[in-house]
Amino acid sequence: MLIGKVVGSVVATRKDEKMQNQKLLLVQVHDQQNKPKEQYVVAVDSVGAGLDEMVLYATGSSARQTTLTENKPCDAVIMAVVDSWDLGGDNVYEKWAS
Amino acid sequence: MFLAQVVGTVVSPVQIPILERQKLLLLRPVGPDGKPSGKTRIGIDRAQAGVGDRVLVIDEGNSGRQIMGDPKGAVKTIVVGIVDYVEAHGVLAYDAQRRD
Amino acid sequence: MYLARVIGRLVATRRYPGLEGVALQLVQPLDEYGEDMGDTLVAASVVSTGPGDLVHFVDGREGALACPVTFVPVDAAIIGFVEQAYANGVFLGRAEEASA
Repeated sequence: MLIGKVVGSVVATRKDEKMQNQKLLLVQVHDQQNKPKEQYVVAVDSVGAGLDEMVLYATGSSARQTTLTENKPCDAVIMAVVDSWDLGGDNVYEKWAS
Repeated sequence: MFLAQVVGTVVSPVQIPILERQKLLLLRPVGPDGKPSGKTRIGIDRAQAGVGDRVLVIDEGNSGRQIMGDPKGAVKTIVVGIVDYVEAHGVLAYDAQRRD
Repeated sequence: MYLARVIGRLVATRRYPGLEGVALQLVQPLDEYGEDMGDTLVAASVVSTGPGDLVHFVDGREGALACPVTFVPVDAAIIGFVEQAYANGVFLGRAEEASA
């Protein structure tokens, strides 16, 4: 799984009928130091993520392992909302930091 | 499937049940001429291979599960054979008998 | 399956149902010399590991098969703790010594 930030949503009215009822979010990929990369993915949201939240997304056939995406055309799915992470004991990101 | 050079061994005392009593090898994928290509990975040895051997590796889940005989096994990379020789573009690119 | 070092922990309370209780760790894949190989990623950990540990992980859908509930969107899972690894005659070391 990779870490990313929800930077927007994608709406497509005309799309494959199997993709109806999927909420598509635009995710900017971040590295382990929380530095944004110039890399974006459109992922189906399976956990109710919102704008500006840090999320984890899974890609490949694993992305179809949710009730929302099973047997559907989908290659990236947001499967967790990140609260925090640390690297070698140092806190890098804290969602609830004031 | 691809060719790889066995470059090392891995000892793992704590792991998922399907990997218990399986030998793990560190594999360096190579081209027919022996030039490294791609990322180093760990494979389950099903061919009694050892360090220095040129081997045939399968890196795909479904095939891996068939070989391990477990439809739900979390396995992917498996050493399925030891290469005797490789012929590429009409010439013998690798011969296990003649390696130095 | 790849060799990697655990470099951090990640906390996520809101996650896909079925993933409760699965630890999430940041891992850095390593090559046969113990050097960093490619980008870091987050893996579900089904064996007990922590920062500094040498581990092996499986990518793709096989990662989900290692989890307690197998129908989950997981594309990388730590499946074993590596005690020692030898490659090209080099000892990649016990986790404790290498991280010290």
